Amino acid sequence: MKELSELKFPDDVRYAESHEWARVEADTVKVGITDYAQDQLGDIVFVELPEVGDTLGKGEEFGTVESVKAVSELYMPVAGEIVAVNASLEDAPEKVNNTPYGDGWMIEIKADNPSEMDDLLDNDAYLGTLKG
Amino acid sequence: MTLMRYLPHTPEDIAAMLKTVGIDSLEGLFAHIPEDCRRKEALNIPDHLTEWELNDHMDTLAGSMAVSPDYKVFMGAGSYEHHVPAAVSFLLGRSEFVTAYTPYQPEVSQGTLQAIYEYQTLTSRLLGMEVANASQYDGASSLAEAMLMAIRISRKKAVAVSRALHPLYRRVLETYFEPTDLEIRELPYLGDGTTDLSPLQDMEDLGGVAVQSPNFLGCMEDVERIKQVLQNKKALLVVCFSEPLAYGLYKNPGECGADIACGEGQSLGIPRTFGGPALGMFASKMKYVRNMPGRLVGQTVDLEGNRGHVLTLSTREQHIRREKATSNICTNHSLCALAAVMYMATLGGTGFKELARLNYDKSEYLKSALSDAGFKLPFSRPTFNEFVVEFPAGFKKTYQRLLKKKMIAGLPLGDFYPELNNHYLMCVTETITKADMDALVQEIKK
Repeated sequence: MKELSELKFPDDVRYAESHEWARVEADTVKVGITDYAQDQLGDIVFVELPEVGDTLGKGEEFGTVESVKAVSELYMPVAGEIVAVNASLEDAPEKVNNTPYGDGWMIEIKADNPSEMDDLLDNDAYLGTLKG
Repeated sequence: MTLMRYLPHTPEDIAAMLKTVGIDSLEGLFAHIPEDCRRKEALNIPDHLTEWELNDHMDTLAGSMAVSPDYKVFMGAGSYEHHVPAAVSFLLGRSEFVTAYTPYQPEVSQGTLQAIYEYQTLTSRLLGMEVANASQYDGASSLAEAMLMAIRISRKKAVAVSRALHPLYRRVLETYFEPTDLEIRELPYLGDGTTDLSPLQDMEDLGGVAVQSPNFLGCMEDVERIKQVLQNKKALLVVCFSEPLAYGLYKNPGECGADIACGEGQSLGIPRTFGGPALGMFASKMKYVRNMPGRLVGQTVDLEGNRGHVLTLSTREQHIRREKATSNICTNHSLCALAAVMYMATLGGTGFKELARLNYDKSEYLKSALSDAGFKLPFSRPTFNEFVVEFPAGFKKTYQRLLKKKMIAGLPLGDFYPELNNHYLMCVTETITKADMDALVQEIKK
């Protein structure tokens, strides 16, 4: 596992304490897991995602991510309808390890209430929680 | 309690342990349990016996039962009398395999793990499926786990189950589902002995459909048609079985389009032993492997490139995933699974097919003989080694008379299917001879 200083926490996304990130893109919110989360999990071998059209509340489980070490739940950073899922992770789950904020994205949400983004942490605050 | 020589701890051992944890007596271990939750009177169990007295007791119990070869047992219904080759019994008795707990650590258990891996491989081939687990407890728990798996994959809340599926398997399924909000719907059977599929047309919210083939009435289901009916529906097709030997003759679940195949493997080298222990066989399509319950052994290579076997996908099991695990069972019936793989390997593909054919031919012989003797065969569908006969009212007396002559004339179906009073489920395996069958028919005709 890497030192915190070696991990990337870009400032164009917001962070949940459960280690998901969320980025506003046009009228949807794109979601994945943070560099810290993928580093802790180790080699990711499977990502289980919801179906397009599912509607889930903030904090509800939207899927699971499985590494060689563990299976972890994924939680909605904001409430809304799933409008897209990254189907390419089915064959290439390692994208989550390689580019967690890019090709390793997981779902796109049409947020019920975009202002819920404001409840999420910025990169400094998230880093603060990691330092404990 | 009298101290018996097989108990490993001496009074000195026990005293030392009590002293270490700082209590005076064994009772002290239970001090934190509230008084009114504790049993006051002694357990009502008889005193110990000597070995010869115990042998005598067991012999008396065994003597009170009707078992082959003393009796000619024409009863299957989920438990089948098959010859177990001597090689299987010998190999299974090897001390390396006979342990109270299955060792799964790859560092010390390559033999056990490889044997389970081979079991999974042969099970997959027999059932025509892409992946099989290390086994479940029995056919009934396999069915229940299969339906839960179908629910997980489909994210629906209801399943449909054929009434021609083993009644006791269905009861176990009901027990599993009882404390949940999941629903079980029963599909009736038709006059030909197969499941009525017409109710399926209007059920859009199903997560799984389970049929048994050959079913409890002995009939082969038209599984491929069920697959067609389920096209464009979310429901998974679960094919259950109690007699896997049938797939030596008939198409296996995979060939018929099953998403999950599950059932009982007792037929494969495991004696009937008063109903247990049994073997739950479980297999599915590879795309569903992460939702499969139970243990799975995989093949890999070590750092030096040597072949090795390890438990795989354990991250989904209860000891890691707790209440979110795919199943609350994270063990298997290893010794029974070993018996099954040894049995399958001993017979080989050709032997398996020949044995299946022999079972079929013999049961067809009895079927014809009973039909020629004027008894009705109510169901028209093809059967394997079991079939239903309708005897005239009052056959119960004949049944008792046959029992006195050490013949068990099938399973009376009235207890399970009130509408099938006077119907009997007959079974003929390779261990029944032509002379046995002729004698049975002669006696029934009297």
